Amino acid sequence: MPRINLILLLVVVLCALSTVTSNHSARKLFTELEREQNRMRQLEVEWGQLQLEQSTWAAHARVAKIARDRLGMKAPASGQVVAVEAGK
Amino acid sequence: MKFVKFANSPVLSQAMPAWRTRFVLFALLAGFGALVGRSLYLQIFQNDFLRQKGESRYERTIEITATRGRITDRHGDVLAISTPVKSIWAIPDDAKLSPHDARQLAQLLEMDVRDLNAKLATDHDFVYLKRQLPPDVAEKVAALRLPGIHDQVEYRRFYPAGDVVAHMLGFTGVDDKGQEGVELALEDQLAGKAGSRRVIKDRRGEIVEDVESIRRPQDGKDVVLALDGKIQYLAYSYLKQAIAENRAKAGSVVVLDAKTGEILALMNWPTYNPNNRTRLAGAQLRNRAFTDTFEPGSTMKPFTAALALESGHYRFDTQIQTAPGRLSIGPAVIHDSHAHGVLTLAQVIQKSSNVGISKIALSLPTLDLWTMYDKLGFGSPLHLGFPGEVGGRLRPAKSWQPIEQATMSYGHGISVTLIQLARAYLAFARDGDLLPLSLTRVDVPPLAGKSVFSAETAHQVRAMLEMVVQPGGTAPKAQIPGYRVAGKTGTAHKIEGGVYAEKYVASFVGFAPASDPRLVVAVMIDEPTGKAYYGGDVAAPVFAQVMAGALRTLGVPPDAPLKPLMVVDTPAAKEEM
Repeated sequence: MPRINLILLLVVVLCALSTVTSNHSARKLFTELEREQNRMRQLEVEWGQLQLEQSTWAAHARVAKIARDRLGMKAPASGQVVAVEAGK
Repeated sequence: MKFVKFANSPVLSQAMPAWRTRFVLFALLAGFGALVGRSLYLQIFQNDFLRQKGESRYERTIEITATRGRITDRHGDVLAISTPVKSIWAIPDDAKLSPHDARQLAQLLEMDVRDLNAKLATDHDFVYLKRQLPPDVAEKVAALRLPGIHDQVEYRRFYPAGDVVAHMLGFTGVDDKGQEGVELALEDQLAGKAGSRRVIKDRRGEIVEDVESIRRPQDGKDVVLALDGKIQYLAYSYLKQAIAENRAKAGSVVVLDAKTGEILALMNWPTYNPNNRTRLAGAQLRNRAFTDTFEPGSTMKPFTAALALESGHYRFDTQIQTAPGRLSIGPAVIHDSHAHGVLTLAQVIQKSSNVGISKIALSLPTLDLWTMYDKLGFGSPLHLGFPGEVGGRLRPAKSWQPIEQATMSYGHGISVTLIQLARAYLAFARDGDLLPLSLTRVDVPPLAGKSVFSAETAHQVRAMLEMVVQPGGTAPKAQIPGYRVAGKTGTAHKIEGGVYAEKYVASFVGFAPASDPRLVVAVMIDEPTGKAYYGGDVAAPVFAQVMAGALRTLGVPPDAPLKPLMVVDTPAAKEEM
């Protein structure tokens, strides 16, 4: 009888310890998740800033100016345009 | 070892008074009872309060900010985006800065040291030192580790296209709420809802467990406008150029897609830079195409002509006597700038004869005219949600005098906004039906709108409007090589203080390609003060430039033969009407 009690006590202690460790690891994982989510938000912010930068570089006024002044491009005269029907 | 048996203890051999035993027993029981009572009190009656106290030691409720939706043009190019910036604030009582620190901080914030000290000298508990700083500057401020100086994340809206799309987009206030334009019109979609959640934090302040999410944050939805960035830029640059050339006060351009009713471009001049609104005047803010009504002048003539065709009493070539270029109605006299003699209905439109169109208007029933104007949307706002949208003036038919019935046919005594006028021309660009306009991209083209004229009438008016831009018409400058163009000029005197002044509003509304209209472009130039002030000289060239560029951008195949043009595989059906 005392022996089985001792075994049960041991089992209880082991269970208690494993609860503690699993809870601890759960919290550690959660902190990690939290950190990754923060990173995700930061990346989203960065993406937004990059989009902003992209649209600033690609502003029509800027593109038109560079095409005209630096590259010497111009719109083709209407006689130079050939219309092609799609799918034929 | 000497054993003393308990039972033989000499203490026990003495007789005790019975009350002592009972007293001890009672005292023990009373103590037990008190403990039970106390625990009952704490566990059951005080439970909620204590639990709350305990949770507040390790639980935190944190706000989760939501971002405002992006606005993009129809191709996905970003037009407005919110990105985090930091605001620096201080608790003046805590912020005891040494002169050196104050100088350093003022330099980072790009403020004068005296201004900074003045701000810190207030008796408020909280003061913003500078709002909406770029994150890198805010980091430098934080690195100074000054006492009582804190920062806070806020969102700021950026508009990369600047003054090109200003009126269409509008802007948001410092609290990221829409105040003008699309930002206000579509506020419900764009605005995000901040959420909050309860978490457990450990002693290092890191979140270790999620208790519950009280409200999920909802980011604002992105909005895809119907606007085409390229066409908008064309409208911007050509309008700007025309305003400068004609030394005009203001102007607007509207481009509509005739197939879908989308607003592809909307430009007003003067404009402003939405990213820097420190010196804004009322005139710059006005979204003229929506909020300013004007008497449109001759651009109204085709509507009366269309109703005349619908009535069955007139045909395309019905002859109308316009000599001697004057028409008296009561005490008033209507003039033509040149006397034309006998004109056909189509020529009345081509030459823009006031006398001719007045005669036609007077022969039509008043109520029919009013019903047509009403169906075309004049007199009532478009209800797109733009702030300050107006409907213009259309008086009830009962109060019309004959002179008004005549003047309205050539666009006086009725006032409209440019966007209304552009929309009304959809009836001619389509088969006589009108579509509701759309700010956002339409992916499934609507079948047909509300019918105003029959398709037959719309086609005939289209042919008349094509004559306007041909030699002998009022607007040969609206021609575009390679495309058949149709449109109508307008030149109206402005009313100042109730009388017509020597100031003009020049306008042109038209569409192309005339064989199968794709775009409607409306141009209005307010008070041109150069040599020319006629719609055909001032507004028509802007129309032609914007339309030509837009048709090329959209890849619309040319429908007119050009002498040096090599056309491959143009379907013959498109060549005829």
